[in-house]
Amino acid sequence: MVRVENLTKRYGSFLAVDNISFAVQRGGVLGFLGPNGAGKTTTIRILSCFHPASGGSATIGGYDVFRQSIDVRRRVGYLPESTPLYPEMRAREYLQFRGKLRGMSRDERTSGIRRVAERCWLGSFIDRPINQLSKGMKQRVGLADAMLHDPDLLILDEPTIGLDPTQIRETRNLIKDLGERHTVMLSSHILSEVEQICDQTIIIAAGKIVATGSPQDLRDRFSEQGRVVAEIKAEHKDIEEETRKITGIQQVTLADANGWVRTTVSAKAGCDVREDLFKLAKEKNWALRELRREGATLEDFFIKVTAEQQTVRAQ
Amino acid sequence: MGIICTMARRELGAYFLSPIAYAVIAIYLFAAGLAFGLGTFANSAEASLRNLLEFWMVLILVFVLPMLTMRLISDELRSGTIETLMTAPVTESQIVLGKFFGAFAFYLVLLATLAIYPILLEMYGDMDYKLLFCNVMGLVLLGGLYIATSLFFSACTKHQVIAVLASFFLLALMTFASQGLAQQFDGAIRAALQQLSVRTHYMDFVRGLIDTNHVVFFVTTTSLFLFLTVKRLEMQRWQ
Ligand SMILES: Nc1ncnc2c1ncn2[C@@H]1O[C@H](COP(=O)(O)OP(=O)(O)OP(=O)(O)O)[C@@H](O)[C@H]1O
Ligand SMILES: [Mg+2]
Repeated sequence: MVRVENLTKRYGSFLAVDNISFAVQRGGVLGFLGPNGAGKTTTIRILSCFHPASGGSATIGGYDVFRQSIDVRRRVGYLPESTPLYPEMRAREYLQFRGKLRGMSRDERTSGIRRVAERCWLGSFIDRPINQLSKGMKQRVGLADAMLHDPDLLILDEPTIGLDPTQIRETRNLIKDLGERHTVMLSSHILSEVEQICDQTIIIAAGKIVATGSPQDLRDRFSEQGRVVAEIKAEHKDIEEETRKITGIQQVTLADANGWVRTTVSAKAGCDVREDLFKLAKEKNWALRELRREGATLEDFFIKVTAEQQTVRAQ
Repeated sequence: MGIICTMARRELGAYFLSPIAYAVIAIYLFAAGLAFGLGTFANSAEASLRNLLEFWMVLILVFVLPMLTMRLISDELRSGTIETLMTAPVTESQIVLGKFFGAFAFYLVLLATLAIYPILLEMYGDMDYKLLFCNVMGLVLLGGLYIATSLFFSACTKHQVIAVLASFFLLALMTFASQGLAQQFDGAIRAALQQLSVRTHYMDFVRGLIDTNHVVFFVTTTSLFLFLTVKRLEMQRWQ
């Protein structure tokens, strides 16, 4: 459905997107994840035919986004980051206008507006002027517009930003639903969101792709390097010294917790040091009140990879 | 064609919802009324619109049309709606022509309010309808050029004030200053500057003449500015 090859975008001498390539199959939800300034919006603007790329190519449904831009635009529904709308129009007029721009007939518009109004819960405010709507309602009007012509590909730039928790949940469900019939590509910096609704994830930082895969894949790849947390009663010095002797231990951090010492150790991939820690405590006669393995979250992974990229860019 | 029409209708609709447009209409009606009253009846030797059309109307349009046009693209650049517009399956030419005709239609509505003056004159003397037709034609062509010029500046910046000031400046230069400038030169430059003067071309319409030369001047300059606007909008994508 989407094929991106060596895509590059420069703003002056600043490299916002640096030679990225990926492909997206038809159907499903793709999450485009990255910290602020990563280049998500820039990539999305190239795919939605707003900005031309500085290098590389991108096709959507086989059409080139630059050379066959009108064909691409007909097949794509795009919700920009800031949800720009015409404030003086009523939501229904706006949707009518957008439908006409896409060459939809009167009947298609009427049924299309009925469909999106229901799916995006536009309710009675569809007949109110847009400048009287709240941020969340505007967001829904923008989403309704993107879905109006039943596009093959929906591109949503941070679709849940500015919504209340109920709306966020409803919108996520809607996107998951849409992913069953359409291809959806969304950007976000909220990890849990991507974990919940996306089938595929692309993590981007400082203009480069740092990881791709399903959220589960990424979590697995990282959780091998899980950490073990133990709460022990003993001298800091002793704990530090003794735990370091355990094979496979890479890092030990200690912190005081109400008279106990909270010991966090990370070990080499594949090493489970819980048993060693227990034996150690027994041997030394330390009191041990907690011993558990911390499953790595995608968040740890995200913070780690993006931090690496940020330092690369800073150099 | 359908898309241009859709765009134009949206713009026309937006005018009727915009408080600024109503303020501009009020200024326009007041100024036109004042100019008509002072120019026609004060020294009323002959009942004609000549005085109004020759100078006052041109001056009014130099101010009013940029104010009506400034919003058209600037506002989309400022609010970001340009992004939804330019990612819809429409070309830059369709956008520009749609906006142009939207403003133009609104201008025709403004012109229609002037119909009251010929009616007033009719009560005082006989009206020359051929002359009236030429006058209207001149105003229509003049307005088209002014709107196209202002539209170009509207596409250049997201700040409406800058767009409107730049339009005032260029329109005043093209309309009033180029004749004065021409006096400073001789020969070819003088002829060229006179050719470029909008008022030179407009005057014959006021006198009741339709010269294809003048029509061609207005049509080509208007098209030139529309073309520049399209190019400007295409460049916008690269930023
Ligand atoms: N028009 C522009 N001119 C110059 N630089 C730009 C422009 N647009 C974006 N940038 C730069 O490109 C980089 C990527 O920006 P982009 O908007 O794509 O980030 P993002 O991943 O969408 O971030 P966010 O999560 O904050 O939305 C940023 O460093 C930004 O400063
Ligand atoms: Mg962004």
